[in-house]
Amino acid sequence: MSSELNHLLKQAVAGRMNRRDFVGRAGALGVSAAVAGTMLTTAARADEPVKGGLLRAGMQGGESTNTLDPALAASEVPYVVSMTYGDMLVDVSPSNEIDYRVAEEISSSPDAKVWKFKIRQGVEFHNGKTLTIDDVVATLKRHTDEKSQSGALGIVKGITEIKGEGDMLTLTLADANADLPFLMADYHLVMQPGGGVDSPADGIGSGAYKVTSFEPGVRIAFEKHANYWDSSVGHADQVEIIVINDNTARTAALQSGQINMMNRVDPKIISLLNGAPGLSVQSAAGRGHYVFIMECTKAPFDNNDLRMAMKLAINRKEMVDKILGGYGSVGNDFPINSAYPFFDETIPQREYDAAAAAEFYKKSGHDGSPIILQVAEGAFPGAVEAAQLFQQSANAAGIPLEIKREPDDGYWTNVWNVAPFCASYWGGRPVQDQMYSTAYLSTADWNDTKFIDPKFDATLIAARGELDPVKRKAMYSELANNVRDNGGLILPMFNDFVEIVADSLGGWLQDPNGELMNGKALVKCWLKA
Amino acid sequence: MHPILKLVAQRLALGLLLLWAVSLLIFFGVEALPGDAAQAMLGQSATPVALANLREQMGLNDPLVGRYLHWLGGFLTGDLGKAMTNGQDIAKSIGQRLGNTMFLAFWAAIISVPLAITLGLLAARYNGRWPDRLISGVTLATISLPEFVAGYLVLYVLAVKLHLFPSMAMIFPGMGVFERLHAIILPVIVLVMVVLAHMMRMTRAAILNVMQSAYIETAELKGLGPLAVIWRHAFPNAIAPVVNVVMLNLAYLVVGVVVVEVVFVYPGMGQFLVDHVTKRDLPVVQACGMIFAAVYIVLNILADVISILANPRLRHPK
Amino acid sequence: MSRIPLSALIGLVITGAFFFLALTAQWVAPYDMAAIMGGVWDPISSEHWLGTDAIGRDLLTRMIYGGQVTIFVATCSTILSFVLGSILGFTAATAGGWVDQVMSRLVDLVMAVPTLILALVILTAVSVSVPTLIIVMGLLDSTRVFRLSRAVAVDITVMDYVEAARLRGEGQRWVIFNEILPNALSPLVAELGLRFIFAVLFISTLSFLGLGVQPPLADWGGLVKENATGLVYGIPAALAPAICIAVLAISVNLVADWVLARTTSLKGGRGG
Repeated sequence: MSSELNHLLKQAVAGRMNRRDFVGRAGALGVSAAVAGTMLTTAARADEPVKGGLLRAGMQGGESTNTLDPALAASEVPYVVSMTYGDMLVDVSPSNEIDYRVAEEISSSPDAKVWKFKIRQGVEFHNGKTLTIDDVVATLKRHTDEKSQSGALGIVKGITEIKGEGDMLTLTLADANADLPFLMADYHLVMQPGGGVDSPADGIGSGAYKVTSFEPGVRIAFEKHANYWDSSVGHADQVEIIVINDNTARTAALQSGQINMMNRVDPKIISLLNGAPGLSVQSAAGRGHYVFIMECTKAPFDNNDLRMAMKLAINRKEMVDKILGGYGSVGNDFPINSAYPFFDETIPQREYDAAAAAEFYKKSGHDGSPIILQVAEGAFPGAVEAAQLFQQSANAAGIPLEIKREPDDGYWTNVWNVAPFCASYWGGRPVQDQMYSTAYLSTADWNDTKFIDPKFDATLIAARGELDPVKRKAMYSELANNVRDNGGLILPMFNDFVEIVADSLGGWLQDPNGELMNGKALVKCWLKA
Repeated sequence: MHPILKLVAQRLALGLLLLWAVSLLIFFGVEALPGDAAQAMLGQSATPVALANLREQMGLNDPLVGRYLHWLGGFLTGDLGKAMTNGQDIAKSIGQRLGNTMFLAFWAAIISVPLAITLGLLAARYNGRWPDRLISGVTLATISLPEFVAGYLVLYVLAVKLHLFPSMAMIFPGMGVFERLHAIILPVIVLVMVVLAHMMRMTRAAILNVMQSAYIETAELKGLGPLAVIWRHAFPNAIAPVVNVVMLNLAYLVVGVVVVEVVFVYPGMGQFLVDHVTKRDLPVVQACGMIFAAVYIVLNILADVISILANPRLRHPK
Repeated sequence: MSRIPLSALIGLVITGAFFFLALTAQWVAPYDMAAIMGGVWDPISSEHWLGTDAIGRDLLTRMIYGGQVTIFVATCSTILSFVLGSILGFTAATAGGWVDQVMSRLVDLVMAVPTLILALVILTAVSVSVPTLIIVMGLLDSTRVFRLSRAVAVDITVMDYVEAARLRGEGQRWVIFNEILPNALSPLVAELGLRFIFAVLFISTLSFLGLGVQPPLADWGGLVKENATGLVYGIPAALAPAICIAVLAISVNLVADWVLARTTSLKGGRGG
């Protein structure tokens, strides 16, 4: 079956296309209406979950230094591992709604400062103990207390009080935050017995699968948690993550049938892969983006005219085509796209304009000395190539942009957040507030563009507690325009999650929240009979 | 034999001194690299508070020399400690990786060393004629490909297109020897391709170098066949360079196969070391470094001893 | 120089051609090395004889400039490692005693530290440039050459003719250059050819540690790596530099074989 037809079929089965559209478009591919109809019926029947079997994912992003401690998860494999063996209070669904897990009900005070989470009864940890409110409180405390080492610390530090009574968890915030439930979906906040205080890395969670073998950087094996409360997920008997960091090796493993799905496809090979039988490419537009960051406080980037010249000197369309192979969308120099609620689609798209860039460059009065862009292979996939495209388009505008390739080793320590101008990426956040609060608030730890604007900060904090959607959208629009026109961010592209799955895999859904269906592919998919 | 034993003992003692020097170099070298384990571990999501807490827990705030002495004390009493990054027992996790590495290196060596020397002898015997040309040409072609290119080609042809072997050389605890052998066929093929030419060409060159000597002419005049002359008279005198090159390649098979490990998803020491250097996990880097250094030191001693044993004049110094 | 065998002639011609292209890259290359002129991995066409690379630059142009880097760096570092490694190796072998011991153990020490750590430490200590690249590669490789040349020389130093020379009162340097070097030449020439290959392949490894040449310049190994995912699909951008590396390596070694044959026949009749 051609991959295009296959893609259509999946769209139709998933309900993203009706039967008539499917038959029509299949006809355009040379498939008769009768055959197309039968195909759809068979496919729909095949889409009933099948229980049992061994499901395997081949993944990039695992190291032999990985730990099972969810607080220290920082790369893709630990993230998917956490999502497979653990549950948080809530997940964010593919359509960006709250999907209740350990919590089954959420309510807030009118000022969005006090939040109550009702804890689900009968949730069992893999060690046989029943999950209690104390476990929940202890878990959240471990990530927020003064000794926390958690990667979620930045997210949860606004919580001033964590209290549990009966089956009700109460969180009190310093400032109003209408998006708090989304923050609780962070993948670090896995519920652990006793909060994981005593043995944070024992891999005991309350998720659909329990860890049976943990070989960091090699293979992580799981088996079904028999007493899991939600029977609509957890179809395979066993699931496995195999760490395959090399692109070609990962594709080969999929082609030779050793794995059922893989993350992080090199977009360049997708058109070449189309001949391969039994596979389909899946992409989901997400919130992740690749960026070049100029520090607004360091020369020469303390001059907004120069920043504007740089922003106009990059060819976003060309980058999406060549670096992402078309699997992505152009950015507009603020970190928000249509995958976020309250996105303002009326903000004009910034285009490559060599003449305007040259004009701003002249206006900035830059002395003509080389402007150095520091970049490493690991800054984002294709970063060095993207930097070279940038160099060419900037040079064409008369801007003396030069590239300095740095080693991957130590890049995030030595260069990112240190150098005045470098390449980086952001994975995106579920809501706008979190994205801006993480990296654009003056006081944010990761304010890597060193963007300091009291007015921006005030609007951001006001928007956080604003419950009127119209007003909130207007506020976010103001923030977007501010970053776009005054900030140090050059955002050429939002990258899709591009993955390949074998046709033997059922239940695949596009999810903008993260790789491999927001890390839940092993939990939600099944092997077709 | 006595002087040789004395030499070995002396070299082993010096070897221990060298190991100590290597441990110092690695410890302070890695320490001098920018970034530390806490920072590398938390990566982009590090907040200053979390960093400080993790540093405290990892013991990174203790004075440098104290940490080195602490490590040295543990090492000398056979305690390698726990990894800073994930708290795993270092002896256990390295033991497994080292076993895998040695398994792969053993099979690659057992095939490539005899093959390379035989081919080298044959090439020298038929010097300048077609067998020589063929052997030289083929081995040169295989060595001239970057390792990952050779790896991808083998992977694609034998695993993806012909489905003869699994594309991934996955090894689990509890697998039988034959299962393991089946799993590692592809990486072994690539490793043999990579190391063959160097040893084969050195064998050939070293033999040709001694072939002009008077004693070879004498042997030929005695009416020995050409291969017998080479094997009995030329090869023993050509052994010093050959053994050194063999040693270099054996060391490479143990310490340098990161690329092959990555392409074939083989859980060996190479990637293990790279991961821990990247994360600045000093105790693990130290442990790996000690093993690799010991491999070099032992192989170097072996090479020197064999060179001496093979040469009668060195064996019985005047 | 009587008759050059065919294989050596082929080797000489190809090696010569590569060196010529490397020397004249600026004039021979059809386009600007960094100019973006097409799509991702465009196929071979009349404008782009080898197609384009991963971001649409003319591949032939990049290959010619890449050859310049590869050949220059590999040649220089190989020469450096040989001069340094063999002189030190011969010195250690002829001097013997504690001089030998100290030099040999120092080399052991350098070899025993994993290359990755060594390279990273060097990287933090020095600024990256082509000369540093050559020096680092040359120094690292010279340890291997040292061991080989010392081993060969030790065998030779105990030969009667060396003893005779010493009894005649010849100096260390005379012994090294007039007795040891000619008799150790064959293994060294063979090693030279192979070290050259290793150097060619090693540049790209260092490139990816950040110790290599800076973009948009790229060596051949780097070009293969940049386009590696296309390799199994037969993309010229991945295959062409790989083939060039192989052809260069083979032709250099064909020349080495010829030199080797001449050095062995030169020695004929000298006796041992």
